Amino acid sequence: MSAAPARERPGDPAYNFAYLDEQTKRMIRRGLLKAVAIPGYQVPFASREMPLPYGWGTGGIQVTASIIGPEDRLKVIDQGADDTTNAVSIRRFFHRVTEVETTEETADATVIQTRHRIPERDLTENQILVYQVPIPEPLRQLEPREAECRKIHAWQEYGVMHVGLYEDIARWGHIARTYDYPVMVGGRYLMAPSPIPKFDNPKMTKMAALQLFGAGREKRLYAIPPHTDVKSLDFEDHPFEVQKWDETCGLCGAEDSFLDEVILDDAGGHMYVCSDSDFCRHRRDAGHRGAMAGHEAVRVLTEQVS
Amino acid sequence: MYVAVKGGEAAISNAHGLMADERRGDRALPEIGVDQIAEQLGHAVDRVMTEGSLYDRELAALAIKQAQGDTVEAVFLLRAYRTTLPRLGASEPIDTAAMNVERRISATYKDLPGGQVLGPTYDYTHRLLDFDLLDTEREVPEPYESGEEQQPMARVADILGHEGLLEEAQHGEAGAPVADITREPMRFPAGRDARLQALARGDEGFLLALGYSTQRGYGGTHPFAGEVRMGTVAVEMVPEELGFAIEIGEIAVTECDMVNQFGGDAERPPQFTRGYGLSFGRAERKAMAMALVDRALRSQELGEEAVFPAQDQEFVLYHADNVEASGFVQHLKLPHYVDFQSELELVRRLRREHAQAREEAMHKEAAE
Repeated sequence: MSAAPARERPGDPAYNFAYLDEQTKRMIRRGLLKAVAIPGYQVPFASREMPLPYGWGTGGIQVTASIIGPEDRLKVIDQGADDTTNAVSIRRFFHRVTEVETTEETADATVIQTRHRIPERDLTENQILVYQVPIPEPLRQLEPREAECRKIHAWQEYGVMHVGLYEDIARWGHIARTYDYPVMVGGRYLMAPSPIPKFDNPKMTKMAALQLFGAGREKRLYAIPPHTDVKSLDFEDHPFEVQKWDETCGLCGAEDSFLDEVILDDAGGHMYVCSDSDFCRHRRDAGHRGAMAGHEAVRVLTEQVS
Repeated sequence: MYVAVKGGEAAISNAHGLMADERRGDRALPEIGVDQIAEQLGHAVDRVMTEGSLYDRELAALAIKQAQGDTVEAVFLLRAYRTTLPRLGASEPIDTAAMNVERRISATYKDLPGGQVLGPTYDYTHRLLDFDLLDTEREVPEPYESGEEQQPMARVADILGHEGLLEEAQHGEAGAPVADITREPMRFPAGRDARLQALARGDEGFLLALGYSTQRGYGGTHPFAGEVRMGTVAVEMVPEELGFAIEIGEIAVTECDMVNQFGGDAERPPQFTRGYGLSFGRAERKAMAMALVDRALRSQELGEEAVFPAQDQEFVLYHADNVEASGFVQHLKLPHYVDFQSELELVRRLRREHAQAREEAMHKEAAE
């Protein structure tokens, strides 16, 4: 409560380190500890109003703000890339209020905040992956009522979800969920992995890094501790499988990464590039070349990401 | 196009510059002052204070200026500021019966102690554009002042209460903690304190439409505007070290007591039920809509079947907040190309399978 700060601390002097006051950070950390103790369980928390809009990562930002320290190195990605506008905006926010080092190198980061992707590179025990979550309740589209959903989780009566997936198969011949594909965590809780493509689901299981999830508008936290079993729901005769492309990355030639489609002209011309910009750059630096490398149409694109 | 989406730092900073330029507008015109907004756009300021949950005319006016008059954006700015403020404690309940009344009307009694006080209102103006207002130099005459001292004005709800015709207000226990939905996540079923808080912060347009729906048959609560009153009230607090209440300031509020059709059961005789609305400043539309929705949301405790949207706690309370709604609706502008790519891949696969199935069916037909 003293008028002058007792010691020099990094970040914008008008705000506490990492914006949130220490009481709020403690409250969020308590929620996170509970979340880690009950993998996949949604812990209600008193989400604060942040200076960024709801739906734009306020949950992830609050989680990051409550765990980050001056020694951390922060990476922020949106759609797998460090240079998407909202990722830039969130990174700038943290730089302003913490002055921590930020990085685009997946391997160098201690905290990675993400929206819609898990990096291609394996994460380690020394890293924490923070997900931004729009709708934390995996049952929401089947049961809009929160009070009902909590009962379903308590009783572990997830039949309604299996019926939902089965209806997809009956209608389309496939489970028609390509992102935010529901998973079972530790054999107990049904969990929304956030809108990552199902391509990324297999990376969640037994991941060495701690995975934390924050939903600001819906006021929920949840977590997957390191090395926890995470299973994507499926049926014996319709096993879970991930997206595959016939194409490869036009820049680095990668065959096994998640690809974004880029429209090149108005006559149907398109190419594919890695959604994970750091992964793609490392491959190019190592000498890998895709079919479009050096092409005039992508010159500005590679300049942008490197 | 791709580069534009991957915009990055320079684009964001340029966007800020463009907004600042657009906000200032024609440099030949004088810049609008926050004091002018606070004085001359008072209803906008009141709405931003109410939905922003912060009673500060200057900051609300600043938010309106910064947001170029976008009310919801201004509410957001004020809320984001409010969240950084320390919480010193809770005030004593305000006593609206002791209000310094500027306006007080009842639709249920022709006359009543203290009388009907029309006060400042647009109610009986003809909505003709007033071209005199184009002239900013004109003189505005002083308004009429009766000079009489205000008589005590009992609240209509208390008058009805004397006869037991109206259900009693539910008083919380003195000193008991009040819900604070900005400090605790909402749980369902939500208590009335949490519900009224959410409604007071709720979007005026959303509550207006919901309140309206109850009048048109989606709620059937048969309301009368028992009383609408507006004026200033004292705010008191009991500092721990003193142990008694002291006045810490004065705020302007609008209060609405809506009297609705009967409740009652085997134990309780038939009596009118009530819905309550309160807002900062002059915000009658908001206070009245809030009172209608509050009454509709009480359906459960009054033993009514909840079948209409306005009676559904989760539906109303989860969707009334315009800062949350605005953020989530507009987040659709953020890149979603990873998820869209996933959907594209699936739709292309389904279309291939569809075409294949049709072809096979045609071959089969031809063979037969």
